[in-house]
This record gives sequence, structure tokens and C-alpha cells, in this order.
Amino acid sequence: MTALTDTAVLTGRSLRHITRSPDTIITTALMPIAFLLLFVYVLGGAIDAGAASYVDYLLPGILVITIASSISYTAFRLYLDLQAGILERFQTMPIARPSVLWSHVLTSLVATSVALAAVIAAALVMGFRSDAGVLGWLAVAGILGSLTLALTWLAVIPGLTATSPDGATGFAYPLILLPFVSSAFVPTETMPGPVRWFAEHQPVTSIVDAVRALLAGQAPGADLWIALAWVGAILAVAYILATAAYRRRIG
Amino acid sequence: MTAAVAVRGIEKSYGDLHVLTGVDLEVARGSIVALLGSNGAGKTTLVRILSTLLKADAGEASVAGHDVASAPAEVRMSISLTGQFAAVDEILTGRENLVLVARLRRVPDPGGVADAQLARFGLAEAGARRVGTYSGGMRRRLDIAMSLVGDPPVVFLDEPTTGLDPQARREVWAAVRALADGGTTVLLTTQTLDEAEHLADRIAILHEGRIIVDGTLAELRALIPAPTVEHVEKQPTLEEVFLAVVGAKGTP
Ligand SMILES: Nc1ncnc2c1ncn2[C@@H]1O[C@H](COP(=O)(O)OP(=O)(O)O)[C@@H](O)[C@H]1O
Ligand SMILES: [Mg+2]
Repeated sequence: MTALTDTAVLTGRSLRHITRSPDTIITTALMPIAFLLLFVYVLGGAIDAGAASYVDYLLPGILVITIASSISYTAFRLYLDLQAGILERFQTMPIARPSVLWSHVLTSLVATSVALAAVIAAALVMGFRSDAGVLGWLAVAGILGSLTLALTWLAVIPGLTATSPDGATGFAYPLILLPFVSSAFVPTETMPGPVRWFAEHQPVTSIVDAVRALLAGQAPGADLWIALAWVGAILAVAYILATAAYRRRIG
Repeated sequence: MTAAVAVRGIEKSYGDLHVLTGVDLEVARGSIVALLGSNGAGKTTLVRILSTLLKADAGEASVAGHDVASAPAEVRMSISLTGQFAAVDEILTGRENLVLVARLRRVPDPGGVADAQLARFGLAEAGARRVGTYSGGMRRRLDIAMSLVGDPPVVFLDEPTTGLDPQARREVWAAVRALADGGTTVLLTTQTLDEAEHLADRIAILHEGRIIVDGTLAELRALIPAPTVEHVEKQPTLEEVFLAVVGAKGTP
């Protein structure tokens, strides 16, 4: 009970940071929207993705990029709290221990959802259409939500261990680039051997394929389970490492 | 359990650096004790051990009757720490910072408590402004005000006046005295001798990992040989006491 109250109070604080500087959400959504524009209107004509509309094909990968860029702000906010001594202040107070981290994680879920909604709205303007029903959208929300949760816990690690602001946010760049070597922009069949092998065996491809199928109103098949297995594994490993880093950082 | 803070044989090293090599210290309930030591003496290290942020390598310490190692949660219910650097939320307003702490401490009427603290520390007018716009002195006062929300019985202040101008320093001193008058136990660290002289009931000097002297100002002064041939008798300052004691125990 006290843990829930503490988490609620601390989450309120951290959400206020976001409403005070909404530019972090705008920046988060801006780059994915720029990618959408670039690929749909500039490069898309030259890409044969086999789908009826390239924006429909592209959107799932762009949503993954949105999540990756959003969670780097979580790492940054945690890093700032640590530097300002605010985590230590909380630590000397009678507060349930996990509440401090959970408040940052919940804030990340809220901020990322807002950014995802903004990107989807932009895609709708660019002609994105979905045949998914309510269940399909719920499944998409579930996949994206659990991916956000998993990557947020991953972001907690650099947030707690970085020695500079760049170190806290830099880990996100590989995550933002990973979709480029997946089925997010072009089908993997077009890629040369080893690259194709990597693309087909890294998590983004199964996640993107599952979301794409769901948004098209189709059954995602095995991709869904592979995607969920990846997300679950990332979540478990990141959670264990993040809580260990937290314990090491503040006794 | 009479002492509010009792420290016995506390040791702490960072790798090969032996910062605390056997610290003994007692702080009586309701008193102000100044832990005096030069930069790097280990004052912050000791305060962090007492406020459950750091584990000692050896020795025992209890705060308000609770062992810091085995009952840290109980210790945290009884203490507050004002760290060496102000730990305030820059994006929130001063009042929001106080309300946050009041809600986390489950104080009834957080808003009322926040307003009372703002008034008490001369921040009433600045209360609605973001802390990012505050001066160093205002931040420090807010920091201390946040520590005192919920009236914890034992308060640790780590160099509370370092970096403050004389006016702000005097305000902090007045607040610390008011605390002790209200029955709060205060352990503060300082590098400046006159701060210890002005504020503390007892002064403990931390040097080379140990408390080398511990006593009232009068007791410390008595450690210096009485002036002999001087025509005008002059009380030794704490600085002279410090130098005499440090010189006597000496470098190896
Ligand atoms: N986390 C740490 N790792 C290594 N050395 C440290 C650490 N914290 C403090 N020290 C060293 O321990 C000594 C005592 O530090 P500190 O307790 O901060 O002293 P004070 O507060 O009296 O200035 C200093 O030499 C400092 O450099
Ligand atoms: Mg210090």
C-alpha cells in the first residue's frame, strides 16, 4: 500500500517534469515523423515492399524507432535525478525502495504512449489505413506497451551508471538503428546473405512483422510468439541488471 | 539508549584509502554536535553511513536507538539528511518541492506544511517560482526546509553553510538553533571553526580517520596550556586548539 502511494506521488512529480517541458515529447515524435516523410515521399517510390501502400508497410518500424528515442529521455531524467542528489534524498526517507525507479518507468510509459499517438496521427495524415479491429489494436498496444516497458528498464541501466549526459542517452542510437537492419523498411529477402540472416534473427523483424500483420487485420502467426519471447527476455534481463545497478548505486 | 546518535569503532575505506579508522562519537538527545574536519577528513562519509546511504566496513552505529546496518528502515523514519549539495527539484516550484516531501512523509495537510516552511525560511514570495530560478542561498534554505518537513527527531546537516553569503549563513544558523530549542538532535559537519563555536553544544574534531578530541568549547580550550607571561589574557580560538591538538597528535 505505501509502495503504491509512494509510486503515485513520485510519478506525479516526474510527469510534471514532462508537462513543464513538453519539448522532450515533441523531439521524440519529430524524428520518427521525419523518417515517415522521408521514406514515404522521397525514398518510398524506389522501394518495392510488396504492400499496397508503403506507409502501411513502414509504420510498425517507425513506431519501434519512436519507442527507442523516447526511452533515451528516461535514461536522461534518471541521470539528472542522480546527479542532483534527488535519488539520495529519497533514499534517506522512509519510502518504499522500488517506488523511485517505478515512477520513472511509469512516466516513460505515459510519455512514450503520447509520442506513439502523435506518430500514428501523422501517419494517418500521410494515408496510413488499418483494417485491424478493436482486438487487433489492443494486441498492437500490448506489443508496443511491453516493448516500451522492456526498453525502459534497459534505459534505467545507463541512467544509473552513466558518467555524462551523453553516456546516459547514447545507448539509444544502436536501438534506433536496429530497425534499419530488419524488415522495417524493406523486406529481408532483398538483403545479401549474412545481413539477411542477421535481420531475420534479430528482435525488430519479428516485432515489426507481427505489428504489421495485426494492423492489416491479419493473423500474425508465429511472429507474434517470437516477438513476445524476445520482449519478455529483454524485459527480464534488463530488469535484473537495472535493479542490480540501482542497489550498487545507492547502497 | 540515551544517546540519539551512538557511533562505535566505525571504519570505512575506499579501496586503499582508509577514510575512517575507528570513529567513536555520541550525540545526546536534543543537542547540537559539530563534526569539525578539514576537506577530505571523512565527514560526509560518516554522515552517509549514519543516514543509511553507505555501509561501514566495521564498527556499529545507531540512530534514535536503531542500528543503521540491521534496521535502516527504522533509522530512515527518524532522520533527515541535508546533504553537502542542495538536493532540490529544479523544475518544480519551491512549494511543490515541499509538498512532494510532505506527501512522501505522509504528513497531514501537505499544502499547509509547505506554506509554513516557506514562511519560516523566508521563501514565501518565491514559493510559486521554479527552483531553477533560485539563488544558491535560497536553494540551500529550501533544501533545509525540505529536510525538516515532518519534524524528524534527528537531523544531519552536511556543511549546511558552505557556499552561502554571510546573511544566508546567519539565517541557517538561526534555523539550526531553533531546531535544537524545539528538542531536535542535530549533527552538523563544518570546516569552519567559528561555525562550530557559534552553534554547537559539543565539538568533535575528525582528523586522520578518528575523533581526536570531543568536548565543549570550554573543554577544548582547556587543552591548550594556560597563557603564562602575557599581560593581556587572550582566550585561545578554536583554530589554535585545532592546530595545537593536531600538532600534538602529530603527523607520524
Ligand atoms: N565514493 C568514493 N570513492 C573513493 N573515494 C572517496 C569516495 N567518497 C569519498 N572519497 C574520498 O574519501 C575521503 C573523505 O571524503 P569525504 O567523506 O567526502 O570528506 P569530507 O566530507 O570531510 O570532505 C576523500 O579523500 C575523498 O576523496
Ligand atoms: Mg563533505
